[in-house]
Amino acid sequence: MDATQVIETGRGRAETRPRRRTWRGGLQGSEYTWALAFVVPYIAVFIAFVAYPVIFGLWLGSDPHLYAELWDDPVYQMTAVNTIIYLVVGVNVKMFLALLLSGFFMRPGWWVKGMLMIYVLPWAVPALPTFISIHWMLNSDYGFINNALYDLFHMDGPAWLDERWLAMGSVILSYIWKNMPFWTVILLAGRMAIPEDIREAAKIDGCTGIKSFTMITFPMLANLYLVCTLLSTIFTIGDFNTSTFVSGGGPAFSTYVLATLGIRDAFDLAQPRLGVAAVMTALPLIIPLVIILMRKLRTAQVQL
Amino acid sequence: MTAVTAPELNVASARSAANSMRRSARYRRYITNGFAAVLGVVLMIWTLLPIYNIVMVSLESHNDVFSNRLWPEYPSVAGYGVVLHQGHWYLEYFWHQYGNSIYVGVAVTFLTLLISSLTSFSIGRMRLKHGWLLTNTALLTYVIPQSFLAIPFYRIMQNYGLTNNLWSVIAAMVTFATPYAIFIFQNYGASIPMELDESARIDGASPLQIYYKIYLPLMAPALVAVGTYALLLAWNEYLYQFLLLSDKRSMTVPVALAQFLNSDEAPWNYMMATAIIYAIPPVAAYYAFRQKMTGGLTMGGVKG
Repeated sequence: MDATQVIETGRGRAETRPRRRTWRGGLQGSEYTWALAFVVPYIAVFIAFVAYPVIFGLWLGSDPHLYAELWDDPVYQMTAVNTIIYLVVGVNVKMFLALLLSGFFMRPGWWVKGMLMIYVLPWAVPALPTFISIHWMLNSDYGFINNALYDLFHMDGPAWLDERWLAMGSVILSYIWKNMPFWTVILLAGRMAIPEDIREAAKIDGCTGIKSFTMITFPMLANLYLVCTLLSTIFTIGDFNTSTFVSGGGPAFSTYVLATLGIRDAFDLAQPRLGVAAVMTALPLIIPLVIILMRKLRTAQVQL
Repeated sequence: MTAVTAPELNVASARSAANSMRRSARYRRYITNGFAAVLGVVLMIWTLLPIYNIVMVSLESHNDVFSNRLWPEYPSVAGYGVVLHQGHWYLEYFWHQYGNSIYVGVAVTFLTLLISSLTSFSIGRMRLKHGWLLTNTALLTYVIPQSFLAIPFYRIMQNYGLTNNLWSVIAAMVTFATPYAIFIFQNYGASIPMELDESARIDGASPLQIYYKIYLPLMAPALVAVGTYALLLAWNEYLYQFLLLSDKRSMTVPVALAQFLNSDEAPWNYMMATAIIYAIPPVAAYYAFRQKMTGGLTMGGVKG
């Protein structure tokens, strides 16, 4: 087992699996009871903590009036726009930069490896302290950014978190800062799995540089890139921490995303039904993503 | 004459062409190397800035925090002393809360490994009938955004009488960690030959013995990867811990950390010192198990 980890989606691979995949003669006698007993804990967890909350949640958000009420709420309208921007810009910029940077980290040399170790720090450090730190960095009077701007260029930086688009931009940049390293590492693993001889052969045929990227690397990574983007989109829809701690949803409730708005409605406004309804409005987006992902993931191979 | 010089000329021109090509290749290499170095520097600044800010603020005195300096005038570790001796009213129960975090982390890791290895043994090795249904439901759970379940989950925990109880958080984290664990275990388990189970079975081993004596030892790399994943997930999670734990004595460190933000004049230096002490274990765990985790990294790492 190689330490470099690869996830491969799609076809191929089947022939490397061991041929026999079941116990000879099936389960016999008490073995069947054992097999059942082994899955009981998971089934119990699933029923108590997944099925029950999901059904309960669907019931909480089943009243159509809730959606009319949501639609009339200007905060909800801003939130919906924010969420779309957050997903489209945040996820795609992050994934594309991660793809390019994974190429950078393919370069030989000890200093590149050393840099990779540092580069993954944002992912390894817990989210909360770093987002609080970024929040403080963006403080207009005492924050690091404006202090640095003043010392270097003698200019007064803007009040980053007091204007909707500056605040939203800060949230998106913080999100990219936090999550890009993780996806870079994944795409790096994907790149390393591309056999060197393919690129060698193409090089002899005169395919180098950008061409090598567009003709070889990208087509071979396309499937992985797609799965990562879908998965990342779903995780990002549920991202609560970034908006909560970087901008606090402000100024004037203008940088909420659906995940944080749901929690606010349910707990700050004590309207759990409205909160559930808010997050339920993401379902039309989530369900198609989940269907595509389920198909891709079911055939996925993970190699440790 | 001409018949002799023409080839000579050709050789000379070919040589000079080769030279200039080599030279331009060298220049191009210099340029790409220079570009890579610049990119590296920019990347390091981008990566380290928020972390630098945490360290800097943690070394500041209260007056330094509200100044415009980029490095404290008199850096001191006094802030850490205050945290370690619980010398501020926000930090009253610091060690107790740290203990809570460890308790949650260890319990989540253990339960996740136990439940999901049993499940994947039963489905993947013993081929329990209709086991694929469970695999699919697990995958489906994996792609539900966590924060979307928070509202019904909170209500249900009230029904179970588990608010302000660490076990409510443990239940939530185990619920979200097991699907990924099952997914990894199943994939990894496919690489272990069935013949091993078979021969033990012929020698009269019960399924429990096969699980304990054959399956688990062979799964060790996957167990380490998933264990680290579960530990980091539990340690870094905020939303559920915040919703479910409101009593100062039952809080975990991240919840206590966010409490600092409730006051206008937050003691930023103590807060950042707390953040560093809180961030050390996951960073250490990450670097210690990095090689093993690359696999665990591959799908989903720390989710939301």
